Amino acid sequence: MRMIVPALKQYTPPVLAIVLFLMAWSFGAKQIDTSLGQVPGPAMVLEQARILWQEHVTEREKAKAFYERQPTISYTGKPTYVDQILTSLKTVFMGFVIASLVALPIGIICGLSKTVMRALNPLIQVFKPVSPLAWLPIVTMVVSAVYATNSAWMPKSFLISAITVSLCSLWATLINTALGVASVNTDYINVARVLQLSPLKKTFKVLLPATLPLIFTGLRISLGVGWMVLIASEMLAQNPGLGKFIWDEFQNGSSQSLAKIMVAVFTIGLIGFVLDRIMVELQKRVSYEGYAA
Amino acid sequence: MKDMLLELKDVARGFGEGKGRIDVLRDINLAVKEGESIAIVGFTGSGKTTLIKLMGGLLMPDSGQVLFKGRPVDAPGRERGIVFQNYSLLPWLTVLRNVMLAVDEVYPEWSKQERLEYAKRYIAMVNLQHAVDKRPAELSGGMRQRVSLARTLAMNPEMLLMDEPLSALDAITRASLQREILNIMSGSKTTVLLITNDVDEAILMADRVIPLNPGPNATLGPSFKVNIDRSADRTELNSNPEFIRLRNQVIEYLLDKRSEAGTRNTGKFLLPNLSPVLPQSGFGSTRSKAA
Repeated sequence: MRMIVPALKQYTPPVLAIVLFLMAWSFGAKQIDTSLGQVPGPAMVLEQARILWQEHVTEREKAKAFYERQPTISYTGKPTYVDQILTSLKTVFMGFVIASLVALPIGIICGLSKTVMRALNPLIQVFKPVSPLAWLPIVTMVVSAVYATNSAWMPKSFLISAITVSLCSLWATLINTALGVASVNTDYINVARVLQLSPLKKTFKVLLPATLPLIFTGLRISLGVGWMVLIASEMLAQNPGLGKFIWDEFQNGSSQSLAKIMVAVFTIGLIGFVLDRIMVELQKRVSYEGYAA
Repeated sequence: MKDMLLELKDVARGFGEGKGRIDVLRDINLAVKEGESIAIVGFTGSGKTTLIKLMGGLLMPDSGQVLFKGRPVDAPGRERGIVFQNYSLLPWLTVLRNVMLAVDEVYPEWSKQERLEYAKRYIAMVNLQHAVDKRPAELSGGMRQRVSLARTLAMNPEMLLMDEPLSALDAITRASLQREILNIMSGSKTTVLLITNDVDEAILMADRVIPLNPGPNATLGPSFKVNIDRSADRTELNSNPEFIRLRNQVIEYLLDKRSEAGTRNTGKFLLPNLSPVLPQSGFGSTRSKAA
């Protein structure tokens, strides 16, 4: 009993909430008729998820069979739902890496120098709230002008989506890094000063380790924002990920489209959640705050 | 005054600007000979930490000069090791790594092995061999301060500046660490400047005790020479007549200065020693209130 009661207390409320939500959804969906038929309830969405998985499995089997017959020619079947998820993950990762590579050094410099911070602050404040949809046309034009070769491993649409993601997500990392470096405990700085550490050593041995927890908080926010922004930019850039999947289904307008889009909604939510948990775990690894003096 | 290791000449330092400005120290004159150990005692808030930061080169004086071996101090340096009140250990590094941070910097020409052994020797000196791989948060306050001391001593400084190193510790840990520091320092010729708020500690640890008058505008008082055999037990010390005499002298001086300061400045503002012109009529009194 002693073990069961706390477990009940912990799990009953969320389970209850989910059940209530499913009931409300199921009931509400039946009330609305759209041009694509009734709004799908939970059962229909689950069914579509199963179908999407089934399509993926058969497509893979086809590809396998094809390669057995034609080992030298590459198979050009349409991307499955799983392929699209992987494309989205790749794109968001690329965008996140670009954002981090830009935001971390600039953030550190901003944190070290009040002058640089003062200089860049207006730019940061102005660009930070800009929506990905506003960036996208500009990025598209610039990438199209600069990036002429449309190679297979990095198509234009992929690059456009990734850059848009990084433009929207780098601010959180930049601001957190700058703030973290600027507010490092003066005791640690004094130690560096008394030891006469070189600027480089001071940065890597004192400033960065001290700032790491805040930097990771920034990276976590950045990844979250990036994942959110990704779907919109994929829709418009036609990058073959989840965003394009939703857009295509919307344009397609079959009676299953809404259910498929809802599968995508849940997929996006779950992946976003998992990405966030991964960042939290990483943050715990690098954080000394658990044993801070 | 050529043989002086550290000299402060008419040093003044304040913080803030305009109305919010507080002049913490003024007319600070001090000369420390090589090998000497000096304790500066003062009430909290009298500018003790500012004083040690000036000596360490972490702060620059507004006016006057801080000289180390006759040369003006314009930055912190390894020849002046500072032990901070709040230990200032890097929490993400182990005890060994914290000490190694200093050793790597001071002896870059040594091999890794030599540096490790050297760091361990200093950790052993403060009796922390068993805690080499622990992080600061796993240590008690006294142990942390010992790590900080080991780190500073490992830099092999010509002068050791200690800013209330034991103030945050309980009385028993404090007493045993006093003893430990004395033992370590007796083996070396390092010049020591200790800042403390404990008169007993000052007398026990130093050859010369100098009171810091209460601030703002704190100045140094006269120096009291200490002629006590330090090898004596601490409990015996309490009944040593010379110790008692000196302690009473210093405390009396400080209390006198404080009550003086108390009558001199009401609240934060330093008022001129003038009696106010009292209003002659009711009309005048409302005027002065409005002003």
